[in-house]
Amino acid sequence: MSLITVTSPHATRSGNHTGAFMRQVVYATIPGIVVMTWLFGWGTLFNLMIAIPAALLAEAAVLKARGYNVRFALRDWSAVVTAVLLALAIPPTSPWWLIVIGIIAAIVVAKQLYGGLGMNPFNPAMVGYVVLLISFPLEMTRWIGPHEAPSWFDSFRMVLASANVDAFTGATPLDSFRTWAGNAEQLQALPILHGEFASLGWEWVNIAFLIGGLYLLARKIISWHIPVAMLAGMALIALPFWLFDDARYASPLFHLFSGAAMFGAFFIATDPVSAATSRYGRLIYGALIGVLVWIIRSHGGYPDAVAFAVLLMNLAAPTIDYYTQPRTYGHHRAKRGATR
Amino acid sequence: MNASIGKPRLLFDFHGGIHPPQNKTLSNQRPIRPAPLPAQLILPLNMHLGAPAKPVVQVGDEVLKGQKIAEAQGAVSLPVHAPTSGKVVAIGPRPIQHPSGLDAPCIVIEPDGREQWCELHPLPDWRTCCPPSALIPRLREAGVAGMGGAGFPSAVKLSPRAEHPIEQLVINAVECEPYITADDMLMRERADQIIAGVEILRHILNPKEVIVGIEDNKPQAIEAMRRAATGSGIEIAVVPTKYPSGGEKQLIYMLTGKEVPSGGIPAQVGVVCHNTGTALAIHRAIVFGEPLISRVTTLTGKALREPGNMEVLLGTPVSALLDAAGADMNRIGRLVMGGPMMGFTLHSSAIPVVKTTNCILAATAEELPPPATEQPCIRCGSCADVCPADLLPQQLFWYSKNQDLERAQQYNLMDCIECGACAYVCPSHIPLVQYYRFAKGEVRKEMAEQQKADRARQRFEARQDRLAKEQAEKEARRKARLEGSKPAAASGVDVAALKAASLEASAAYKAAVKALKAAEAEGSDQVAALASDVEQLKAKADAAKAAVRDAGNAPAAPVVDVAALKAASLEASAAYKAAVKALKEAEAAGQDVTALRTEADALKAKADAAKAAVRDAGPATAKAAPVQPATAEQPAAEKADDGAERAQKMKALKTAFNMSHKHFKEATAALEHAEREGADNLEELRKQVERFKLKADKAKAALGLLVDQAKADMRASGSDLKSLKIEAAQTEAAARQKARELEAARVKGDDERINVLSRELDALQREAQVAAGALKAATDEQGLADA
Repeated sequence: MSLITVTSPHATRSGNHTGAFMRQVVYATIPGIVVMTWLFGWGTLFNLMIAIPAALLAEAAVLKARGYNVRFALRDWSAVVTAVLLALAIPPTSPWWLIVIGIIAAIVVAKQLYGGLGMNPFNPAMVGYVVLLISFPLEMTRWIGPHEAPSWFDSFRMVLASANVDAFTGATPLDSFRTWAGNAEQLQALPILHGEFASLGWEWVNIAFLIGGLYLLARKIISWHIPVAMLAGMALIALPFWLFDDARYASPLFHLFSGAAMFGAFFIATDPVSAATSRYGRLIYGALIGVLVWIIRSHGGYPDAVAFAVLLMNLAAPTIDYYTQPRTYGHHRAKRGATR
Repeated sequence: MNASIGKPRLLFDFHGGIHPPQNKTLSNQRPIRPAPLPAQLILPLNMHLGAPAKPVVQVGDEVLKGQKIAEAQGAVSLPVHAPTSGKVVAIGPRPIQHPSGLDAPCIVIEPDGREQWCELHPLPDWRTCCPPSALIPRLREAGVAGMGGAGFPSAVKLSPRAEHPIEQLVINAVECEPYITADDMLMRERADQIIAGVEILRHILNPKEVIVGIEDNKPQAIEAMRRAATGSGIEIAVVPTKYPSGGEKQLIYMLTGKEVPSGGIPAQVGVVCHNTGTALAIHRAIVFGEPLISRVTTLTGKALREPGNMEVLLGTPVSALLDAAGADMNRIGRLVMGGPMMGFTLHSSAIPVVKTTNCILAATAEELPPPATEQPCIRCGSCADVCPADLLPQQLFWYSKNQDLERAQQYNLMDCIECGACAYVCPSHIPLVQYYRFAKGEVRKEMAEQQKADRARQRFEARQDRLAKEQAEKEARRKARLEGSKPAAASGVDVAALKAASLEASAAYKAAVKALKAAEAEGSDQVAALASDVEQLKAKADAAKAAVRDAGNAPAAPVVDVAALKAASLEASAAYKAAVKALKEAEAAGQDVTALRTEADALKAKADAAKAAVRDAGPATAKAAPVQPATAEQPAAEKADDGAERAQKMKALKTAFNMSHKHFKEATAALEHAEREGADNLEELRKQVERFKLKADKAKAALGLLVDQAKADMRASGSDLKSLKIEAAQTEAAARQKARELEAARVKGDDERINVLSRELDALQREAQVAAGALKAATDEQGLADA
């Protein structure tokens, strides 16, 4: 009888490990991937096929350099999640090198240079995205118009950077609205702004990611606080402005189902490492992301704003946590930010 | 039907909690059976929380069942009783249930198999026989401890303070840990006795409500308890199954909505909580007079062929129980005392069952697999979602790991109940509770150290006061003595007053010298002014001394007062020494020294004269005779010259040593730095270090030689034990003062000042050591001389 002596608890939840959590996130993106492929062609899949191996390679290289057990560390699937999220965020028209640069920025710089999994203050996928957006604004804004999906061959040529991408691209709904904001007639006339209930095409992308998000909620991979707060924050600030001047400001519904709203709410803002962690903190964190997204969309220089809003709130997350400690059992009130 | 059954109680749900697999059917399928009598019973003296008991038997004593074999020590302590009749075969350390695997003192009894009880004092009429409070000492004497968790002496919990009237008595029958069914089976089979015990508790505490909390996964126990409680007004409350609803704080909140204050006890919110097993033990202790000598323990785990609950005599080794339950020893991967959430692993199966042992879990490696490799925390927050204390475990983990204890405490580390829910759900397999235990230990250590420091400070201050008082008394005595030895002051000169004036003057002079030294050390520009002050003061002191001497001598001449003469001589030589010192200092400061030198010479002459006078007077008194000649043989002047020279040399050497030592240290630091940086002049630096070290060593050796010589001389002159003493005390006091200043600076966080002060403190401590050493040597010598 050889007895091991370890401290309690001795029982742990079975099938409960980081890799499984991360895999669930990847599975939850499948509806979104399907809809994006249907709308924008094979480019999305090519992005994924380049991003995932690139991310694993980059992660493995840095882990090896840092002296970690590479096989063990890769099993946490975190690099795959980052790769998938980044691949879904960049346009399906992107050349291969764009994706690789984005992955390197995300995995090597934003994640591993800060200490690897769990230590990064910023959402790696969004750092990669913003690096690309600032460095290659042209490539990063060439989205394909909905239902104008190129053939797989054209998509392949785009990946190899040898196709005339402009032939397939068109303005996104958010872009169009920003261009014509204030011009009620034009806004009425633009077909891309009028889908079934929100923007054309993108409403389905958002619904797909909403479904994936609900799956994550059901599996308790994420808590409801951040997505609900973010969507509510976005809708609540959009509503009065829209009521006040609907020629200049888009409706809450339009905001909720355009661009990366749902993707951001359920897949980006919920990255636990870089988000706020207390219950109240998550509500504040999510709500402020929603507000920032609306502000940047309505008044900023970029059509969409999830990446910027999330990164800005990443900065604020530790402070939010500091001031939103829950009240511990047996304490009259929470120690919120009170030092000594 | 009873009203308490009719209306379900409004329950409050605590935050978090988990639902691990219950695994209770493993052990609750068969009735409680008695465990076999083992070959030996091992009874730890500390089966309870608090001070260990003190044995009252000796090896070889025959004991009866229920006989007290160790008595309680202090208020929070309990006696130990023999669980069966037999013989005490050993009293000594044995492995016990301590999580660290430490051995602890135990009494070992070899049963004789006769089960012969000692005389018991049953109290079936406890309701009427005596006031309720009279029952409490009986429970203490019966060794009743909390049988659910920590083993806190029950009697202590039953004497709440008057300012906390007890509103609710909560009986904890939740048993929320997986696997354990001891309370479940106890309630099924002995509900009447449990309720009878609860009645006794109610009688003692007189609460407004009595609530028994049972988890809804024990329908049979609930049924049995309801039946037993019918008509008693004791409420059986069914709580939903959720770990850790059996935690005292969680159960109290669920049943009453009251929260036990952080760091407080339930009585502060008017609640007392006892375990079911304890209630039963209380019943047996009062009604039958039986001490707590056995308990029901669950034997479970998939490595057992016949798991179940056993009535176990305290002290029974776990191995005996495993045998009785048909353990497959090869399959046991982990042997846990307690449940899988909060129990601790045993390193040996020789460990005995104690009052708190509710479960022995013999788990296979598949049941409780070895811990998985820890992965990085991804702050997923699962732990915060399940924490029953509403903590942020992920933050606590971060701060505990980084040993940022202040932050960890700010995140309420000390409110963690170590239930293990966070570690249970952690997807990264981080042994969170272990981190918290470590951090808590560190915090406690820090607190203990703080307390120790506080006590030390108080002690030190008390000692300073005492020393000051002693000094004052000594002074007073000395004065009185002088007054007594003073011959009739025919001339009307008040010698005592003169003496006092002289002392004052010399104290002022000494203080001035000190100030001068300090100023020199700091390189102040007031040195010159201070030096002149010193001189003036010295002159005054000398004048005062002369006056004393004159006044003393005048009447002394005819009577030859040796004592007075001696005192005068000592004073004169002290004055001379002080002058020499001042001279040296002046020289060091580069001042005009001629005047000082003349003065020193004059003082030397005086000192010599005084000594001569003593010598002359000496032969007159037989007592002084044997001592004096030794001193007298050597010309005093020569000796003094020697001394001055040596002192000067010593000082120079000291400076040299300090300088070279400083250089050495600096060079070492530079070398280290260079080594870190990987500089290429390492060899050179190393050589430099060697050189400085050599120099420092040399200086030190020379200095040591000189010091020894000086000491020898001092001893030879038989002098100055007192001055050595004073010097030692002074330097020590100065060092302490400096240490206090340093502490103050630390508190303020003034880095520069801390550096300066710690350097000064070092120097002072060295000085104090030297002084103490010299004093010791001198004292030893003196002792020898006296012998």
